[in-house]
Amino acid sequence: MERIFGGVPKRALGLLGLMIASLIIAPAIVNAYVLSVILITLYFAYVGQAWNLMMGYAGQLSLGHTLYVGLGAYTSAALFVHFGISPLIGLFVGMAIAVAAGALIGSMAFRFGIGGVYFALLTIAFAEFTRILFEHFDWVGAMGGFFLPVENRDSSDFLNLRGGPVMFYYVILFLCFAALGVNQWLLRSRLGYYWMAIREDQEAAQAVGINTFRYKMIAVMISAAMTALGGVFIAFYYNNLFPADAFGMHRSIELILAPIIGGMGTLFGPILGAFILTPLGEGLTILMESMGVKAAGVKQLFYGVILLVIIRFVPGGVWPLISKKLGIDKRMKGKSE
Amino acid sequence: MLKVENLHLYYGDAQALSDVSLNVPDGEIVAIVGANGAGKSSLIRTLAGIEKPAQGTITFDGQDITGQPSYKVCELGLGQVAEGRQIFPSMTIKENLEMGAVINRGRAHAERNFERATTIFPRLKERLDQAAGTLSGGEQQMLAIGRCLMGEPKMIMFDEPSLGLAPALVQEVFQVIHRLNDEGITVVLVEQNVAVSLKMANHAYVLENGHMVMEGTGESLLNDDRVRQAYLGL
Repeated sequence: MERIFGGVPKRALGLLGLMIASLIIAPAIVNAYVLSVILITLYFAYVGQAWNLMMGYAGQLSLGHTLYVGLGAYTSAALFVHFGISPLIGLFVGMAIAVAAGALIGSMAFRFGIGGVYFALLTIAFAEFTRILFEHFDWVGAMGGFFLPVENRDSSDFLNLRGGPVMFYYVILFLCFAALGVNQWLLRSRLGYYWMAIREDQEAAQAVGINTFRYKMIAVMISAAMTALGGVFIAFYYNNLFPADAFGMHRSIELILAPIIGGMGTLFGPILGAFILTPLGEGLTILMESMGVKAAGVKQLFYGVILLVIIRFVPGGVWPLISKKLGIDKRMKGKSE
Repeated sequence: MLKVENLHLYYGDAQALSDVSLNVPDGEIVAIVGANGAGKSSLIRTLAGIEKPAQGTITFDGQDITGQPSYKVCELGLGQVAEGRQIFPSMTIKENLEMGAVINRGRAHAERNFERATTIFPRLKERLDQAAGTLSGGEQQMLAIGRCLMGEPKMIMFDEPSLGLAPALVQEVFQVIHRLNDEGITVVLVEQNVAVSLKMANHAYVLENGHMVMEGTGESLLNDDRVRQAYLGL
């Protein structure tokens, strides 16, 4: 634990403890709808952290990150439906496939010096053609979608990830804060410093003798594995998968909004971003519905506006501002903005 | 120490280096001069393992390092201080120096080299916990040199170390390079400041449009009419 919490100000730990404690007791207090909003917020906080590891820490922009969500989701769901394999085993297969996909993209790009925007385009291309592939993949339902059997909603069967919303809530709550711990540990390790060096100045990192290819690959693979685990969760939570939804570009964008708004390259940014964005988006939907307005896409429009405002006024994200206010801003591991 | 034979480098179709050969004997200072775009930086980047040559061989300390990635080249003791003071701006000075010792070669002697770097640059020692991005240009250059020393190099390639520095600092940087050479580090110096670098160098090469067009002792080039006309404006 020393390794994980060392260097974090006491006050930050206190606030974090308070936050986790209130999230743990939340199911006993809030109603089912609010719980589902918090659940999906935690999901975005989790996958946002996974993406942040690659972009925020190692400086590699992925705009096709939903590829890993989709691979994790489809793999674990297919293994469960076709072979009855528990997702607790299937998740390892899903993560392995996502890691392999990440390694393929990474090795293609980094070997030939494709970086920055071109790397991002490559990640989009992979996500898109995987989507097209799955649209013709009959074994997992192709365009018609792939469905998990919905049963025993009253009792929880954790080993098969079958159960009610409260079970899923605790699963994603655990994943979200486990990811925070893992990220903090990674950042404080040698790996974290190598990533930071690569992000700040790749040529300088090369000049001091860092094997930039290897450490960028490691970042992509860890990020892919973490993201795929989020995919396993979302498949078993929603019980249905559609290629356009699992691999669609809009999903990739949705996934990166929280870390950008919260603060890329910061530990807590993605979590904060998710807690700002998702409840606001949901609130807006309810408000529109209560006013009888049915405007499809208004949430996306709203996300776009928020993104514009953030990029214009606080390009470093909200977390650096707030942590300063709270007096817990140890020197950011992230951007120096 | 370093021997380069018939090196060719292309960026896509454009040829950046054409049939470049040079020899850097152990313990010397060798200068490479030339106009902007002559290929000086390309040469350094190729030697450092950042660019891959199409043809030719690079031998460092008896080992063929042609096409080897930079982290392997560093491990053999060939360090570089790149153009434009490539430091890590949001890391502290101490962390920047520590990053210089990530290779095994440097890790083994990290403490000693840290002492050495901070003795040569006392100004760095005064602000070890300050973010490197807040340093002045000259201080950043010193940090870049100090960080390179952390890797325990046998040879350092300096790419435009005086670029953009105030005259007093230029002086100091050249003094440091002299001092390091006295301490046994072989030096390759790429400079726009032709007069000073030729004065310092035991041997020098002139690079023009990717070709080595002249070589000789620093002094002989300093007195050469063509060099005087083209690079010294005399």
